[in-house]
Amino acid sequence: MNLAAKDIRHNLGRFALTTFGIGMLLMVVMGMGGIFRGIEEDATLLVTRVDSDLWIVQRDTKGPFAEVSRVPPNLVYRVSAVPGVQSAREFVYHTIQRERNGNLIRIAVMGLSWPTDKGEWVPLISGRILKQNHFEMIVDESLGIALGETIKLGKETYTAVGVTKGMLSLNGDGLALFTIADAQAIQFDQPGEGVRLERASREARGERSELGLRQPSLIEQAVKPSIELPAIARPQLSAVMVTLAPGSHQDRVSEIISGWGDVSVYTQEGQKELLIKGLVEKVRRQIGLFRILLTVIAAIIMALILYTLTLDKIHSIALLKLIGAPNTVILGMILQQALLLGSLGYGIAYLVGQKVFPLFPRRVILNDADLLQLAGVVLAISVLSSLLGIWKAMKVSPNEALA
Amino acid sequence: MTSHDTTSRDDKPFAIDAVGLTKIYGSGNTEVVAMRDASMQVEQGEVVALLGPSGSGKSTFLTAVGLINPPTSGRITIKDQLVLDGETAQTNLRAFRRHHIGFIFQKSNLIPFLSAAENVQIAMQLNGQSLGFARRRAIELMDYLGVADRADGLPSMLSGGQQQRVAVARALANRPSVILADEPTAALDGHRGRQVMELFAKVAHEQGAGVIVVTHDHRALDVFDTIYEMEDGLMHKQQHNVQQGAH
Ligand SMILES: Nc1ncnc2c1ncn2[C@@H]1O[C@H](COP(=O)(O)OP(=O)(O)O)[C@@H](O)[C@H]1O
Ligand SMILES: [Mg+2]
Repeated sequence: MNLAAKDIRHNLGRFALTTFGIGMLLMVVMGMGGIFRGIEEDATLLVTRVDSDLWIVQRDTKGPFAEVSRVPPNLVYRVSAVPGVQSAREFVYHTIQRERNGNLIRIAVMGLSWPTDKGEWVPLISGRILKQNHFEMIVDESLGIALGETIKLGKETYTAVGVTKGMLSLNGDGLALFTIADAQAIQFDQPGEGVRLERASREARGERSELGLRQPSLIEQAVKPSIELPAIARPQLSAVMVTLAPGSHQDRVSEIISGWGDVSVYTQEGQKELLIKGLVEKVRRQIGLFRILLTVIAAIIMALILYTLTLDKIHSIALLKLIGAPNTVILGMILQQALLLGSLGYGIAYLVGQKVFPLFPRRVILNDADLLQLAGVVLAISVLSSLLGIWKAMKVSPNEALA
Repeated sequence: MTSHDTTSRDDKPFAIDAVGLTKIYGSGNTEVVAMRDASMQVEQGEVVALLGPSGSGKSTFLTAVGLINPPTSGRITIKDQLVLDGETAQTNLRAFRRHHIGFIFQKSNLIPFLSAAENVQIAMQLNGQSLGFARRRAIELMDYLGVADRADGLPSMLSGGQQQRVAVARALANRPSVILADEPTAALDGHRGRQVMELFAKVAHEQGAGVIVVTHDHRALDVFDTIYEMEDGLMHKQQHNVQQGAH
């Protein structure tokens, strides 16, 4: 006969309530671990998906994801010429926050090097890849923009021609993919008044300068749109991505490009490490500490309930000793209750979590290793928390059955 | 007490042989001598009544012999095996109790989260008996004691008398060589009380167990073979016929 189960049946209400409470606590512990994994995955997702062998960014920056990086557009041609480089592509990336149907949405805008890159590598769940140089986009489903829907960004209106899934920025914002030209137009969009003021200030500067006075045609040039001015550089890129030629040496290529004074080079792994170290490390420690705290609280609650359950039956335990029950029987009873409490709590945490976590705004990823680790922790705190009760039970003398 | 015979008249070892038991509770100012040099021999198959006023040391003696409250000094031998020498255990007392001693106490002492039958069964299962055997014997004993119909009820659903009879069934379950009962019939009516005493006598005679019953119920004294009385921690043996005459 199982004494642990019989006793629990006798105290069913209290045991059930405690188990549920422990379950909820463990669910939070589990969820926070999952949130961290989500953050970690999101942080490196883009780098993984974009799959570039080398990232060339502005010198001494840790761009283009961790911080802003600006490189000149002609860098693509310089890089293409390096031996061992199969192809170099422009990378344009920035995050915008706009209002849509009364809600704020954050969009991670990414540019594709049209026409070499039309988004063939993007996993589509509906629609198609980009077919024209302008006004089309592929959106992540998390943005809530349906296939065929439009959104006005800057002066133009863009139509969602494809929908993808799980393409998130490192902050968990949904991605929208445009051609580079469109992405830059969105990034460097200026309101009409701004454009007018800029042209006016160029004109004023020209009139003040000696060159402007001697050559009035220069002033005429200066008031033209900036895109038509050879003296004004084209909008800059965030980075240049390199695909290496088969058989070429990554270190060699990287070394050559690193020698240039204006850029820094990262491998794909280096880029991921940057993101994990810089962005995720603090979050990891923060969440980790919080998880430890909650685990300790769960352990304390378990210890308390197991202790009171033991106190409640201390008379029975004395009686069991009196009629000759060995310590293993008594120890086993308390330990079994502890393990049952722990495993039921864990089960509740898992089952409720499966229902609740998908409702979270950011991804909660429960991977097997983490689940197993938490199961181990729960097992350990079950055993630890029963020690207080076991200690009390071992101390009681069979005489107390007569009191 | 220099030389001591551990066997009874017919050469069988004593079921219980307690020699010179002294128990001192507390120390210094709060010292209480609850039992002084108390001795008792109980033969196998003998049923002993232990009388005496409240506070005279009866329970102290019984719990000492029951190996749950070791005496400060004195020796306890059960069926030729020395089990307690003063406070020093000579064997694993808990295992010894499990195999050889049945207890019944004044207040019923059942485990509240086990059914009546399970309370009886557990004593046997702790001794390694199968569930089936334990269950059958539990029902049998409870049937004999008139509580079989409450077998699956929790103790809290039983009357005081019914609980006490379940406790008796548990004490008898392992066919112990020693049965110790401390005012077992307090919660029973006269008829049931006498029935329990007679059951003890029957078990003692059939199984060769030594039985000590602390009682105040003078109406049932004729059931006993021997009568002891305690007063101020001292143990006196009385003549059987004298007690019956007093009744
Ligand atoms: N645990 C104890 N601590 C101190 N004194 C005790 C304890 N148990 C019993 N006594 C004392 O020992 C004496 C004998 O008690 P007890 O054996 O219970 O007597 P009886 O069972 O005959 O009523 C009493 O004076 C009682 O107060
Ligand atoms: Mg007493």
